[in-house]
Amino acid sequence: MKIVVCIKHVPDTETKIVIVDDGKSINSNGVKYILNPYDEYAVEEALQIKEANEESEVVAISVGDDSTQSSIRSALAMGVDRGTLLKTGNFALVDPFSVAKILAEEIKLESPDIILTGKMSIDAYGSQVPGLIAELLELPVVNLARDIVLSEGKATVKRDIEGGSETLITTLPAVISAEKGLNNPRYPALKGIMQAKKKPLEIKEINLDETDVEIIELTYPKQKPAGRIVGNSADAAVELVKLLRQEAKVI
Amino acid sequence: MPQLNSPDFFNSSSLLNDEEILIQNTARQWVEKEFNPIVVEHYRAGTFPMDLRFKLGEMGFFGANLPEKYGCAGINNIAYGLIMQELERGDSGLRSFASVQGALVMWPIHEYGSESQKEYWIPKLASGEKIGCFGLTEPDYGSNPGGMITRARRDGDSYILNGAKMWITNSPIADIALIWAKNEDGIVEGFLVERGTPGFETPEMKGKLSLRASITGEIILNNCRIPAENKLPGIKGLKGPLSCLTQARYGINWGVIGAAMACYEEALDYSKTRIQFDKPIAAFQLTQQKLSEMILEITKAQLLTLQLGRLKDAKTMEHYHVSMGKMNNVRMALDIARSARTILGANGIVDEYVSLRHANNLESVLTYEGTHEMHTLIVGETITGISAFRV
Ligand SMILES: Cc1cc2nc3c(=O)[nH]c(=O)nc-3n(C[C@H](O)[C@H](O)[C@H](O)COP(=O)(O)OP(=O)(O)OC[C@H]3O[C@@H](n4cnc5c(N)ncnc54)[C@H](O)[C@@H]3O)c2cc1C
Ligand SMILES: Cc1cc2nc3c(=O)[nH]c(=O)nc-3n(C[C@H](O)[C@H](O)[C@H](O)COP(=O)(O)OP(=O)(O)OC[C@H]3O[C@@H](n4cnc5c(N)ncnc54)[C@H](O)[C@@H]3O)c2cc1C
Repeated sequence: MKIVVCIKHVPDTETKIVIVDDGKSINSNGVKYILNPYDEYAVEEALQIKEANEESEVVAISVGDDSTQSSIRSALAMGVDRGTLLKTGNFALVDPFSVAKILAEEIKLESPDIILTGKMSIDAYGSQVPGLIAELLELPVVNLARDIVLSEGKATVKRDIEGGSETLITTLPAVISAEKGLNNPRYPALKGIMQAKKKPLEIKEINLDETDVEIIELTYPKQKPAGRIVGNSADAAVELVKLLRQEAKVI
Repeated sequence: MPQLNSPDFFNSSSLLNDEEILIQNTARQWVEKEFNPIVVEHYRAGTFPMDLRFKLGEMGFFGANLPEKYGCAGINNIAYGLIMQELERGDSGLRSFASVQGALVMWPIHEYGSESQKEYWIPKLASGEKIGCFGLTEPDYGSNPGGMITRARRDGDSYILNGAKMWITNSPIADIALIWAKNEDGIVEGFLVERGTPGFETPEMKGKLSLRASITGEIILNNCRIPAENKLPGIKGLKGPLSCLTQARYGINWGVIGAAMACYEEALDYSKTRIQFDKPIAAFQLTQQKLSEMILEITKAQLLTLQLGRLKDAKTMEHYHVSMGKMNNVRMALDIARSARTILGANGIVDEYVSLRHANNLESVLTYEGTHEMHTLIVGETITGISAFRV
């Protein structure tokens, strides 16, 4: 079985983001990048499928720039067999459709049995790539998987829906995106990290065509207003409930 | 590769390579997830979370700088140091556990053991299946281990050991003890004593106010008969145990920076949110002075220790380099932990916060593996050519 995992190199959520003067991109200096946490679930799932199916191979592919190699190495350290970096010039400006086109081309070459992704990247929140890849490859897509069971060329996928869960069966190959809780991603043990150095990481230069989608502006979230103390006697509780209901509208 | 959030005022992580940072990040995440949530309960109870031994082994944290051939990770000394830093950011007890296992038991077996000792013991110690301890200190001989009383007498195909060791990390839970004893010619040699050997006992020492999440005990050797092949064949003399200590002290050099970072970060965060006199206490000059001194000392220690690691990787590190590092870094970490505690006010004395736990732990670290004073004298001996302590 061959499994392709699409991964992304994203700024750590703890990082303080600085928007540069053009107002359209962020200053990546001093920004800490990590392997997108939802993609870690996808990597872990791929590794578990590999462990359960003899003679399987897991390939991680990513659209990015040179720095993206470190996230690919993280995936290799977890146990992925090889990686491919699809290197574009200015990766910050690549829109989801372009990313999906680049990934789909590469996936065609690999012709895997299953394609796993995270449900979204924690930087742009697009959630578009899995669906777009599936469309471009004319494959089924199941999003937000909480459980995946493979048997006889099909995947049974459980996903949460409002008020319960839903179980679907899809033919393979298929694109499946991972929701938090799909599994418990392993830490790369030291041996894995040492082996990752010796694993193949292929770099392919990609010439990016004009993109259809353009970023117009990036802005910071609104500053939270300062907290307010309503009072400190028992009466304050009544006032607090009133404000929570009428002003904040949270209850 | 980027580094997880760490105090890094001089961007010294730019001196690390991707692999070193990936290893550090991995150790950090592991400690935060597996260890930090349970440390306080173990510190209070005076216990070590023993089920972590296998997880530590799986991660490859025991003897990580030893070769892959024996089931170890074969990483360089900087990456090894960064693991020690991240473990001690959790608690000095956790780092001590890994130091003893890796630097004081696995390293001497690797360095001085026979091939069959290496093949038998190192993989089992690396995986956490077996736990080791290092018995050098005695009730009457601490800073001056050369005076040790413990004796090993040859008797046919056996050695018979007699004596007592004290302050031995992990002795009550160890499967194997590396005992340093004098032979009939008064020369120090190393012996591997397995639990279960008649005449081998390891009572636990209670009442510690420091390093509580680490088990400490005695070792009593009463006509303890071991096979002659359990002797480490490759070393004779006090330089045996001392060379092991150099390895462990190297790890301490890094480890205590982790403890200092945890305290600094805690104090810095606290100072920005704690309001007194209508201002965050970070706004007061006295607090800023404390915090500035902390980051200054951490930054100096980071650069000193990075160079120490490069010397070790280049095999040009001398014992006095390690002594200077221990002198500087442990004192620095202890000072920072105490100072951080003051910034926390009364909160600084409860175990919900880390600073006082680290400060208490660091009192042990200041003493073990050569006291602060002894390292001062080793540096003094190096620069003057005159020993102030050798008899
Ligand atoms: C928690 C803990 C764990 C330990 N784990 C281990 C272990 O696993 N294995 C092991 O073998 N040992 C272990 N030790 C023992 C440790 O290495 C000794 O405590 C240390 O070497 C100091 O010896 P001592 O306690 O006998 O103090 P002493 O040697 O009695 O020293 C007392 C004081 O006198 C000072 N002093 C001594 N000689 C001189 C001198 N010439 N000039 C100036 N000052 C001097 C010392 O610096 C110190 O301040 C551990 C200790 C602790 C606290
Ligand atoms: C064991 C214990 C028993 C206690 N018992 C009692 C008791 O019986 N009754 C009682 O009323 N209280 C008691 N206290 C409370 C104690 O008096 C307070 O902890 C103390 O006044 C400090 O206040 P705080 O802890 O809120 O720290 P904070 O006032 O928040 O101070 C935090 C840090 O900021 C510094 N700081 C604050 N303002 C400034 C400034 N303007 N310039 C420079 N630095 C500043 C402080 O020096 C400290 O380092 C007790 C505390 C403890 C730990």
